[in-house]
Amino acid sequence: MSAQNVLFDHPGPSARQRNTIITVVGWLALLGLLGALAWGFRAEFTSAKLSPFLEAGTWQFYILPGLLATLQSAAISVVTSIVLGLLLGCGRLSPVRAVSNVCGVLVEVFRAIPVLLMMILWYYIGLYVLVLGREGSPLLGVVMGLTLYNASVIAELVRSGVHSLPRGQGEAGLAIGMTPGQVLTSIQLPQALTAMLPSLISQLVVILKDTALGSAILYVDLLKQLQDLATYRGNIIPAFVLGAIMYILLNSALTAVAHQVQRRLSRSQRGPRPGNPERAVEAAAVGVVAGRGADAD
Amino acid sequence: MAEMLERADFLAAFWMTLRLAVLGTVGALLLGMVVAIMRVSPFTSLQFFARTYVTLIRNSPLTLILFFCVFGLQNSLGMRVGDDLSTQNLFWGVVAISVYHASFIAEALRSGVNTIPLGQAEAARAIGLPFGASLRHVIMPQAVRGAVAPVGNVIIALTKNTTVAATVGIAELASRMKTSIEFFPNLLYLIFVLVAVCFVVLTLPTGLFFTWLSRKVAVQR
Repeated sequence: MSAQNVLFDHPGPSARQRNTIITVVGWLALLGLLGALAWGFRAEFTSAKLSPFLEAGTWQFYILPGLLATLQSAAISVVTSIVLGLLLGCGRLSPVRAVSNVCGVLVEVFRAIPVLLMMILWYYIGLYVLVLGREGSPLLGVVMGLTLYNASVIAELVRSGVHSLPRGQGEAGLAIGMTPGQVLTSIQLPQALTAMLPSLISQLVVILKDTALGSAILYVDLLKQLQDLATYRGNIIPAFVLGAIMYILLNSALTAVAHQVQRRLSRSQRGPRPGNPERAVEAAAVGVVAGRGADAD
Repeated sequence: MAEMLERADFLAAFWMTLRLAVLGTVGALLLGMVVAIMRVSPFTSLQFFARTYVTLIRNSPLTLILFFCVFGLQNSLGMRVGDDLSTQNLFWGVVAISVYHASFIAEALRSGVNTIPLGQAEAARAIGLPFGASLRHVIMPQAVRGAVAPVGNVIIALTKNTTVAATVGIAELASRMKTSIEFFPNLLYLIFVLVAVCFVVLTLPTGLFFTWLSRKVAVQR
């Protein structure tokens, strides 16, 4: 509500009356819009088009396998992204100039390339070079595309997390005789990881959403299964609405976890105060040029 | 290789990507501005609408929105715009990209308002500026400056996300890359680098421009 406080004075009697009137008009307009939508799509939500979702076969052969494939590719990508992201992030912080430069260039390149291009590249690498066939190649494409992009975002999170720590933390470690590597792994990283946890969980939402890109390289995920079902049963609008509900529920749950973690962290006294997850991603993107905009993917 | 370049016609694909990106940016900015104004308005009904829009759209994949528009609205319900197929595809592609990114633009604009300390508004009131004047001389200049960097980020992401249009067969760079690789598997890496460079050509100047602009107009606090 801070935006309202900045923009508007505390309302007086006449302003309050006007606000009430406009609010009520707004609710009516909203109801009207919903009604118009319901009327416009009334032919799409008949019992004939909705009944397939009550059959066990629909769930057994289409929706649940699709959901499983989506979650599977997301889960693999999350693990590989975090591992590669930590490696790249630590590499970027390395005191060895060559290592940090190479990691820096890799991060910039992976961020600048659209995820779908990377997926298509690895799909065909899987198909022609590694000969994984029509089964393995789509999964390889989805996982590699998501991993390389999101690892570079996580690497930026690690870097900004370590840089947000007070300098004294690293200096104290060096003063008691630790090597730079020990300082990083046993002093800076644990604190940085705590600070970046909410942003990291927000990034999981991006991974889960982007698995839907897999349909371009024939990965049979939730979206593709719903599309096949809709082609077969002729109920495309209800099928996509159901898909949207499933994605929104999954992602809202992840976002809720991120907020919960953030609240718990800002209550605890130890460690740096973490920022807003979206802000932190933006902060991580400052100074990067071609690959910015992690928050909208 | 010359044969591949001739056959793939990357120039036409680049032009399609450019149109998707530019028209999508215009649509997302307009729609995002409307949503942002609703979000910061003092009317709970409009706030609710804007909040719901942002939550729902941000959490659904762009691919799903695009499928809904093209396979649902266009093909199944017959909502057609224009006569030829490429105009229709472009139209629904732009609509889906605009609707999706408008939610991010709205949040970016709101974050611009949120960067203003409350003291600025209080000071404007204290020296006797009425609502309109304080908005024009104190609040909006700072809000717009604060929003430049996040809006730039969204526009770059939007440019990269135009590739999603390939999933519904719009002939832009990503789908052209796919068909070219099908024809010339031995040129796999070359085609990838070529298309990737096309995107860098689009996003690098945008990024440099917004970095320069946000530094230039930054509010010193």
